[in-house]
Amino acid sequence: MLRPMTFPLGKLALGGAATAALLAGMGAAHTALAAAAAGEKKGGMPQLDFANPLTISQVVWLAIIFFVLYLLLSRWALPQVGAVLEMRANRIQADLQAAHAAKASADAAVAELTAATREAQATAQAEINTAVTAATQAAAAQAASLNARLEKQLAEAEQRIAAARASAMGALRNVATDTASAVVTRLVGAAPASASVEQAVDAALAARRG
Amino acid sequence: MAAQGQAIDALSQFTLTPALGVVGSSVNFTQANLFMVIAGLLTIGMLVLGAKPRAIVPGRLQALAELAYENILKMCTDQIGPEGRSYFPFVFTLFFFVLMGNLLGMLPWAFTYTSHIAVTMALALLVITVVTVVALRIHGLHFFSYFFPPGAPKALAPLIIPVEVISYLSRPLSLSVRLFANMVAGHVMLKVFATFVVMMAGAGTIGVIGAAAPLALNVILIGFEFLVAFLQAYVFAILTCIYLHDSVHLH
Repeated sequence: MLRPMTFPLGKLALGGAATAALLAGMGAAHTALAAAAAGEKKGGMPQLDFANPLTISQVVWLAIIFFVLYLLLSRWALPQVGAVLEMRANRIQADLQAAHAAKASADAAVAELTAATREAQATAQAEINTAVTAATQAAAAQAASLNARLEKQLAEAEQRIAAARASAMGALRNVATDTASAVVTRLVGAAPASASVEQAVDAALAARRG
Repeated sequence: MAAQGQAIDALSQFTLTPALGVVGSSVNFTQANLFMVIAGLLTIGMLVLGAKPRAIVPGRLQALAELAYENILKMCTDQIGPEGRSYFPFVFTLFFFVLMGNLLGMLPWAFTYTSHIAVTMALALLVITVVTVVALRIHGLHFFSYFFPPGAPKALAPLIIPVEVISYLSRPLSLSVRLFANMVAGHVMLKVFATFVVMMAGAGTIGVIGAAAPLALNVILIGFEFLVAFLQAYVFAILTCIYLHDSVHLH
C-alpha cells in the first residue's frame, strides 16, 4: 500500500512532463522484481509495473473511451431519457391543468346554481312581501271604511238620542207645569199664575239637572 | 490457479494482457480497455433501450434508466445548486464508468479496471482538471482567493494558504487511492479466501470440512463487495460534485 501512495505524490509534484521519467525510474526498479517474478511468487503489484507498456497504454485508451462515452452519453443517450421524463412531466402538467379547468367550471356551475337559487328565493320573498303588504293595506282600508261608517252611524244615533232627549225634556216640563198647576189648584183651590209655576218648574229642573 | 503447495497468488489477477488478438496487441489495447468498452456499452444500452418505450408508466429497464438519470441529476443539483445541471453529463459518465467497472469486476474471469491506480489516478486528475478549469472560467483569478477563507486572520495567511493548497492538491490523491485501494483489497481478499478453499479441499476429508469456513466467508465478502462497488462509485461521484460546488461557489 506504500508504493501506490508514492507514485501519485511524485506525479503531482513533478507534473505531467516529469511523469515519464519517474515512471521509467520506477519501471527500472521493477524490472528486476518483475523478471524474477515473471513466472510465480512475489511479483509486486502489477498495477505498479510501469515497465509493462500496457500500464500506460490502458490510460491512453481510457482517455479515448471515456471521451467517446462522455460524448455519446451527453449528446445522445441522456437527452433521450431526459425527453421521456420531460414528456411525462408535461403530460402530468397538462392533466393537472385539465383537472383544474374542470374544477373551475364545476365551481362556476355551482356558483351559478347558488346564485339562481338565491335569486329565486329573493323574488319569491319579494312577491310574498308585496302580497302581504297589499293584503294588510286592503284590510286596513276596509277596517277604516267600516270604522268611518260606524262612527257616522254612531254620531247619527247620538244626534237622534240628543233630539229625543231634548223633546222628552220639553214634554216633561209641560207635564211638570200641568201637574204642578193641578196639585196647587187642589191644595189651594185656585189656579196659580202660570208664569210662577213655569218659573218654579224650570228652577226645579235646573236644580235636578245641575 | 494456485495449486496445492504453492504460495497464494492474489496479485496476478491484476496483470494486464492485450485483448482482441493481434489487432489489440498491436495498439496495446488491454483487457482493461475491453471492459471499459463493455461498461460504456452497458451504460448506453441501459439508457437508450430504457428510454425507447417512452411509456408514461415505465417498465423495469425504463425505470432503471429514469432512476439513474434522476438520482444523478438530483445529486448534482443538491450538491452544486441549480448550476449543477450543466455538469450532470460529466458526473453521470464518471459515476457509471466507475460503477460498471466495479460491478463488472464481480463477474468471474472479468477484469476490474478500477483496481489500477493508473486508471483511477487518470480519472481523479481529470476531475481535478475539470474542477479547476470550471473555477477559473467562472471566477477568473479571483479563484485563488479560495485558498484563503474569508474572515480568517491575515496573520495566519502564511499558515493557512499552504495548508489549503496542499488540501486542494491532495484531492486527486485521496480520490484515486480510495477507489483503487478499495477495489484491490476486496479482490485480494476474495482471491486469498478462494485459494484457501482450494488448498484445504485438496488436503483430504478434514480439509474439505474445514474449507467450508473460508467459503462461507467468501460468500459474505461477495455481498460486501457489491456494496463497496456501489459505495465507491457513489463516493467518487459525490466528491466530484462537492469539488464542483467549491469551484462554482468558492467556499
